[in-house]
Amino acid sequence: MSVYQTAKYAISDAACSVLSPVTPGSFGEFCPRFIDGFFVTVELLILSCSMGLVIAIAVAFARLSSNIFISKASFVYSYIFRGTPLLVQLWIAYFGFGSLGAEKLGLFWPLFKEGWTIGVIVLTLNTGAYVSEILRGGLVNVPKGQMEAAVATGMSWFQSMFHIMLPQAFKIAWPAYGNEVVLLMKGSALVSTITVLDLMGQTRTVFSRSYDLDVYAYSAVLYLLLAGTITVLFKFGENRMKTD
Amino acid sequence: MNFKTTALATAVAMGLAGMAVAQDLRIATEGAYPPFNEKNAAGELIGFDVDIANALCAEMKRTCVIVAQDWDGIIPGLVNNKYDAIVASMSITEERLKSIDFTSPYYSNYIALVAKNGSGFTLDDVANKAIGAQRSTVASEWAEENAGSRGDVRLYDTQTAAYSDLESGRIDALVSDYLPAVDWLKTNEGFGFVGDKIDIDDKIGIGLRKGEDDLKSAFDKALAAIRENGTYLQISEKYFGVDIF
Amino acid sequence: MLELLSFGDSGWGDDLLKGAIITVQLALCSVGLGFSAGLLLAMIKLSRFRILRWTAEAYTLFVRGVPEFLILLLVFFGSEQIINTSLAAMGFAVTVAVPKFAAAVAGLSMIFAAYSCEVFRGAYLAVPSGQMEAAESVGMTRMQGFLHIRMPQLWRFAIPGLGNLWMVMLKDTSLAAVIALDELLRVAKVAGEATSNPLLFFVTAGLIYLALTALSDIVRDKAEKSAQKGMASS
Repeated sequence: MSVYQTAKYAISDAACSVLSPVTPGSFGEFCPRFIDGFFVTVELLILSCSMGLVIAIAVAFARLSSNIFISKASFVYSYIFRGTPLLVQLWIAYFGFGSLGAEKLGLFWPLFKEGWTIGVIVLTLNTGAYVSEILRGGLVNVPKGQMEAAVATGMSWFQSMFHIMLPQAFKIAWPAYGNEVVLLMKGSALVSTITVLDLMGQTRTVFSRSYDLDVYAYSAVLYLLLAGTITVLFKFGENRMKTD
Repeated sequence: MNFKTTALATAVAMGLAGMAVAQDLRIATEGAYPPFNEKNAAGELIGFDVDIANALCAEMKRTCVIVAQDWDGIIPGLVNNKYDAIVASMSITEERLKSIDFTSPYYSNYIALVAKNGSGFTLDDVANKAIGAQRSTVASEWAEENAGSRGDVRLYDTQTAAYSDLESGRIDALVSDYLPAVDWLKTNEGFGFVGDKIDIDDKIGIGLRKGEDDLKSAFDKALAAIRENGTYLQISEKYFGVDIF
Repeated sequence: MLELLSFGDSGWGDDLLKGAIITVQLALCSVGLGFSAGLLLAMIKLSRFRILRWTAEAYTLFVRGVPEFLILLLVFFGSEQIINTSLAAMGFAVTVAVPKFAAAVAGLSMIFAAYSCEVFRGAYLAVPSGQMEAAESVGMTRMQGFLHIRMPQLWRFAIPGLGNLWMVMLKDTSLAAVIALDELLRVAKVAGEATSNPLLFFVTAGLIYLALTALSDIVRDKAEKSAQKGMASS
């Protein structure tokens, strides 16, 4: 077991020994599972959020490109990922492509082997599409004059986009972006259907042993905590960005 | 009361009584667990469990309606009166006895590990390789106990999905019930058992709601009857060639 | 390979179509129920009673922070328990089985209600207050002002938000596949497993969802345009 895994389990166990005395019995019994799952959810969230942002910026720029092929291709990508349910995307990747097996997928097999990896990839592509739309919406609302002024001072198109337009677009789109991150967190629960033991996956496993509805309640509380943390972080960011 | 009302009341009472006696027995099975229960191409439920259920109903002189229900919701469905019995190769376990009752066993189950031939998988590898099982089964319980609480155990909604991942190589071994595995291996060369079948003293019973003592004794009597008159042996040999009681 | 998609007994095409119909029915029922519930919730949030406002706020926060998947499972497994426990408490010996479609509609409309309530609230507050003051000064009662001035404009502001929510609902119906309701995704899964060709069926399902989304896009655009009729372009 890697150092990272050992560290995670240690924190889980520590958290549980602290929480057990103050929480209802049935939570304490399965606590390590809940916290383990919570960690996996957070991992998925951080990875797909950051990588998705990179993709979103690239796609937002691509949409504005004068190259018809690039702008159309990025539109198609965005349309497909926003127009189909996340669950369908996950199942196409895991059950659809994955079932082709190692021989047919060759080099790509390591990507499709684990549910966790597929989860990260699909969540990244999915959130990338939605965030690119949000950024586009932000970019449209930045005064065009800024772009012209930047180019007039000698910046290239790319430089002006990156240093002038994008930051302002971000500020405008910040609340919508925060909303999307919460939606991403909620969507991450679907990876439990492709054998990933995130918070939702652990919850379903525990429920299948005890059939006690309380299990879902504990899980809901943990998700609410995560959603609350995200919202607070974004509010904090919003205040930091206020220039007036 | 005058004559007409009494006659009417009697007729209604007899009608109701007649209805109560002739009321259909609703039985649930999964429909995704060959060769015990599965759906054929026309969508009908077939399999060992279905045949046993029909034989028992014939013995109890009641009409049965057999419905398919997903495994995850099969016990809640019984508890909530969606149907009256579960004949779906369900093991009698302590945990399940907390929410439902069982009749006497109608066959014995063993667990087995299935892996690719030549992969060198042994029982010791259970703790440090990826193994799979269907969620909510005795197989998954065994897997979790033996792989440790943090072992790499993948849980699937259906047996088919689990077998699919074994085939594609996502899991190194599958923990499954013995007889369904035998059935699957018939059509999947290249895979085989790891070691002998594991005896966990697992008995399969018919699930009933708690407190349904009449139904329980009716089932038990019918089961004893079909054991005695050879119907059970007939069905067992049809699917497995041996007596699996 | 494409024969698998054909109609009739050996092909799954007709089953997929039936699944798609159930998907649309599920979405329509959930939106229908959720619409009225959302409207009610919005009115509660705008009401004068703090306790009611806080309850509505708590409900909205819950639905917006908990994964839809979890809510659906909670409603599916919990609805029967709750109904039967309350029936037993009230003295009825009868137990009720909740059909899967109803449970799915209940769960999805709960979600739609929470999100649409925000859209309604926003739309309500977007109507310039000057107009309501003008209505009052002309002699309209509060109710008249609401019916003749606020409501028609509320609709115009609400349509984009509601249109988006409809699209989300359409996609969220796929979650019902996990509780074994025979909507489009579930049929695709069963077909894929039965024919050992999951890729074909999941991709086909994806294309059908795309078609439904594109169709909804067209309807939504028409609705937005007709709501903007007569308004000076902003």
